[in-house]
Amino acid sequence: MNRATPLVLGIETSCDETGVGIVRGTALLANVIASSMEEHARYGGVVPEVAARAHLEALGPTISTALDEAGVELADVDAVAVTSGPGLAGALMIGVGAAKALALSLERPIYAVNHLVGHVGADLLDDEDPLETPTVALLVSGGHTSLLLVRDLVSDVELLGETIDDAAGEAFDKVARLLGLPYPGGPEIDRAAIGGDPAAIRFPRGLTQPKDLERHRYDFSFSGLKTAVARWVEQREAAGEPVPLSDVAASFREAVVDVLVGKAVAACRDLGVPRLLLGGGVVANARLREVAEERADAAGIALRVPPLSLCTDNGAMIAALGAQLIMAGHGPSGLGFGADSTLPVTDIQV
Amino acid sequence: MLLAIDTSTGTSVAVVDRDGGILAETGTDDTMRHAEVVGGFIRDALAGAGVRARELSGVAGGMGPGPFTGLRVGIAAAHAFALGIGRPFVPVASHDAVAWSWYHDGGSGRLQVVTDARRREFAVSDYDGLDGDGLPVRVDGPSLSPRDDVPPTTGIRFDAHLVPAGAVGMLAELAFAARRLPIAEDAPLYLRAPDVTPSAGKRVLR
Ligand SMILES: [Zn+2]
Repeated sequence: MNRATPLVLGIETSCDETGVGIVRGTALLANVIASSMEEHARYGGVVPEVAARAHLEALGPTISTALDEAGVELADVDAVAVTSGPGLAGALMIGVGAAKALALSLERPIYAVNHLVGHVGADLLDDEDPLETPTVALLVSGGHTSLLLVRDLVSDVELLGETIDDAAGEAFDKVARLLGLPYPGGPEIDRAAIGGDPAAIRFPRGLTQPKDLERHRYDFSFSGLKTAVARWVEQREAAGEPVPLSDVAASFREAVVDVLVGKAVAACRDLGVPRLLLGGGVVANARLREVAEERADAAGIALRVPPLSLCTDNGAMIAALGAQLIMAGHGPSGLGFGADSTLPVTDIQV
Repeated sequence: MLLAIDTSTGTSVAVVDRDGGILAETGTDDTMRHAEVVGGFIRDALAGAGVRARELSGVAGGMGPGPFTGLRVGIAAAHAFALGIGRPFVPVASHDAVAWSWYHDGGSGRLQVVTDARRREFAVSDYDGLDGDGLPVRVDGPSLSPRDDVPPTTGIRFDAHLVPAGAVGMLAELAFAARRLPIAEDAPLYLRAPDVTPSAGKRVLR
């Protein structure tokens, strides 16, 4: 195998995106995503069985499209990488089963990797300005909200904190629903927030009180915020007053962004790490990027945000992490791994 | 020569040959660990038959019915393996493989194949022997029945706890030889709509 610049095909099926990416070392050759998001829209959230059915249908065609896009043949592939977890078990299993069979059919090694660490690995595909470690990473999507300390991508990743209830993206979806807006909630809340005053309503910031900070310094909680928005709207309606949609949306979004960025910047300061990486689909939120930039600047922290196509769940980040493991001399995974819906970030490779 | 995979019950993997029969078959009736074991079983079946992946002419896969999560693992693996070797994928109804195996082993007359469908239901198919090409004649099913209300059969009821991949593969070989392909659709036999609770939403605005 070419260990210096391995050609790796990565498969990602942990949630509702069927992702296949192909990289050569740190060069991105293809990043193809088939999303079942539209099928979930009428349910107001990701339905695991619907996602799993869609993965099975999409995976083969997505692999073929990625090969075409990369201009390579399966015979050229040096190794197969796949997400083992965390994620939806039934969805993960499709990628795991397919990746094992693909690797065996090609007589190539397989690398089973961690989805969250993959989000960090995505940044390695970013041109001539490589990711520096240690770095703090804030990973925010509909499925996860995690703050990591990455000392070394392939050997030393620590979980600083994570959500203790809803993921941030989930909070956007749920609040959108209660405001009568469609799924997915992130872009809808963004649209509704245009012209709104983010300071109009002071919604609660979860786990930021001194007593909470003792135990949950870097953890997040969004379910109380969701309830607070619901209550505020109900009270307005009960009083027969109009509900200012743009103010509610802007104030809710501000509360989410404030906590996310506040805790990430605090971690950088506390740990003396002047680097912050953003990842996950919620990075699409312009206000999150804006506030992160402002506060990182003010704190002397270098902020990195990979292109959005590499922030949402994708196969290229899995391939990138697989390539890093190979380049660092790590051996392949055994064939006995499964789908681990709660795989800890310390398990970079399974 | 075909690789065959079925995960509609436990996990079964085989390498078969139209003339040589079932060259290797390995599996487990464990209904929980399909994703964990399927790779090792593929490796073992190939090794057991002394065959390299590139020597195969295709891949056969059992399309169910069966509990969805496990069923999909085998289909995904079979699809991917076929893609990897650049050879066709041949879908086979899993109950047909059970029936073929039963008649092939000397059974005769009416046969009712029953497998677990979870949620206090069975998946049921009825057969009436093999046809001139050696393919089983399915006269009813597959369909779901409550466990205590399986339709009566005039023949023998056979409850299968492992669908043998060897039979899945042999059926594919026979159908190919008889120019009868395809014998099943390349889609899982779910027999049940996805389990979802459509959100009514809570429209407080607009
Ligand atoms: Zn993700």
